Amino acid sequence: MYELRKALNNIFLTLTWIASVSVILILLFIIAYITYKGAPVVNLKFITTWPQGYEAKGGIWPTIITTFYLTIFSAAIVTPIAVGGAIYLTEYSKPFSRFSRYVRFAADTLSSVPSIVYGIFGFAFFVIYLGFGWSMLSGSLTLALMILPLILRSTEEAILDVPYGYKEASYGLGATKWQTISRVVLRTAFPRILTGVILGMGRAFGETAAVMLTAGMALNIPISVFDGGRNMSSHLFLLATEGISLDAAFGTAFLLLVIILFFNVGAKRIARRVGK
Amino acid sequence: MNIKIKENAFEVRNLNLWYGKHKALEDITIDIVKNAITAIIGPSGCGKSTFLRCLNRMNDLIDGIRIEGKVYFEGKNIYDEGTDVVLLRKRVGMIFQQPNPFPMSIYDNVAFGPRLHGIRDRNRLDEIVKDSLEKASLWKEVKNKLNESALSLSGGQQQRLAIARVLAVEPEVILMDEPCSALDPASTQRIEDLMVELKANYTIVIVTHNMQQAARVSDFTAFLLAEENEPAKLIEYGETGQIFTNPKDIRTENYITGRFG
Ligand SMILES: Nc1ncnc2c1ncn2[C@@H]1O[C@H](COP(=O)(O)OP(=O)(O)O)[C@@H](O)[C@H]1O
Ligand SMILES: [Mg+2]
Repeated sequence: MYELRKALNNIFLTLTWIASVSVILILLFIIAYITYKGAPVVNLKFITTWPQGYEAKGGIWPTIITTFYLTIFSAAIVTPIAVGGAIYLTEYSKPFSRFSRYVRFAADTLSSVPSIVYGIFGFAFFVIYLGFGWSMLSGSLTLALMILPLILRSTEEAILDVPYGYKEASYGLGATKWQTISRVVLRTAFPRILTGVILGMGRAFGETAAVMLTAGMALNIPISVFDGGRNMSSHLFLLATEGISLDAAFGTAFLLLVIILFFNVGAKRIARRVGK
Repeated sequence: MNIKIKENAFEVRNLNLWYGKHKALEDITIDIVKNAITAIIGPSGCGKSTFLRCLNRMNDLIDGIRIEGKVYFEGKNIYDEGTDVVLLRKRVGMIFQQPNPFPMSIYDNVAFGPRLHGIRDRNRLDEIVKDSLEKASLWKEVKNKLNESALSLSGGQQQRLAIARVLAVEPEVILMDEPCSALDPASTQRIEDLMVELKANYTIVIVTHNMQQAARVSDFTAFLLAEENEPAKLIEYGETGQIFTNPKDIRTENYITGRFG
């Protein structure tokens, strides 16, 4: 009996080991392949010039600007809402009240809705109904909605992890509730909140479907929030599906990969700094 | 003639407390003497912390709690409606079992309270921080690393930092809930010495399950006991010397001689 249990244990251990190693291998393979195909295409000119001609020679400059515009703008819209919502859920409504449970359930469901669904909603509501057109505003609002659940939940968890003793100590010194929240709770949770925001930005950064339907596909350097633009993923999608230029597509993919990796490493680093 | 009349910091009258349906304190009536150290002793789980937290309304933070009776602090019932709880907690500071330094610098920990109460002037804050750390006998050890994280201090130092943090808001009373239970004997000794020093200017109420500690530092001792499935009652209260040498209640005697609890 004991022998059998031990054998089973070893088998499962081996299986899980194989599973985790294959995850790493697959990831490495993808990175290697994209790098092999894409890295040679990328140079300063590729980054800083416009696409030229119908073969999209040249670079991808406007799509980079559009991508950053959408990412930063959507994060700026969503962060205060997510943090405010998380504070309400954790500190004001009772954590296990029906309302909080509904909000959590809604957030968890919303975070698994495919992005194209956000796209079609954003198109119908922001682009058409509110008349914002294909624009940075429509795109960023849609992206903000898309990453709201993720940031809300990660912020909520970060706040719930602040030791109760900190709050007690703060109240004990005569802090009001708001002082305790702003000076102790948010301050302590800040690095982890930031981690969540950065991961959310990573998602906004690489989003395709939701952006194509709301920010449009025009190559443009957006200035005003009502300007449209094409982000890197959409550009990549068009280059690949319309068979315009696989080289440029891989170059774009490589850049996207590098920047997203950067987001994730940044988020990890911040998370690790909290651990200390 | 040098007649010194003892003044009371707190006068607790018929205090009853429920956690939901569970009654935790029954009919506690006690006077807490000013500028003295009062020890609350009793078996663990009998309601010592619960009682202590009634004195600065820390229990307000707990859902489903209900309190009846009166707690007069400097003559005013703190459970009256118009009580400014924030001001009360400034005047009645609290030290917990875990020091819980905020994850900030030593300086910012001590300056936290004064800043809450609107002090912004850097010189003034410097003064308060130094003064509070000195009173908590921690200044010498940390004066060269005020900007380092408070989490880098040892447990005993963290507890003295917690005391400095409370002193910085200039309280009149300091409530201590088993402040030494997580500390080694040397650190415990320092905190006890500190308490005796602070007594001149502050009223101190300390919860402890360490009888020797109560006997060593306190002037008055209150014995709380919750008998089987009953809420806690105040069994005996008096000068520490009398409680430990000549208890009037057999249950007190049993407890201090270690026969139960
Ligand atoms: N937040 C709470 N909610 C419900 N019951 C509590 C709470 N805190 C303490 N109690 C109960 O009140 C009683 C007294 O607890 P406590 O005051 O912590 O005792 P002590 O400090 O003497 O060890 C215990 O029975 C405990 O289970
Ligand atoms: Mg206790």
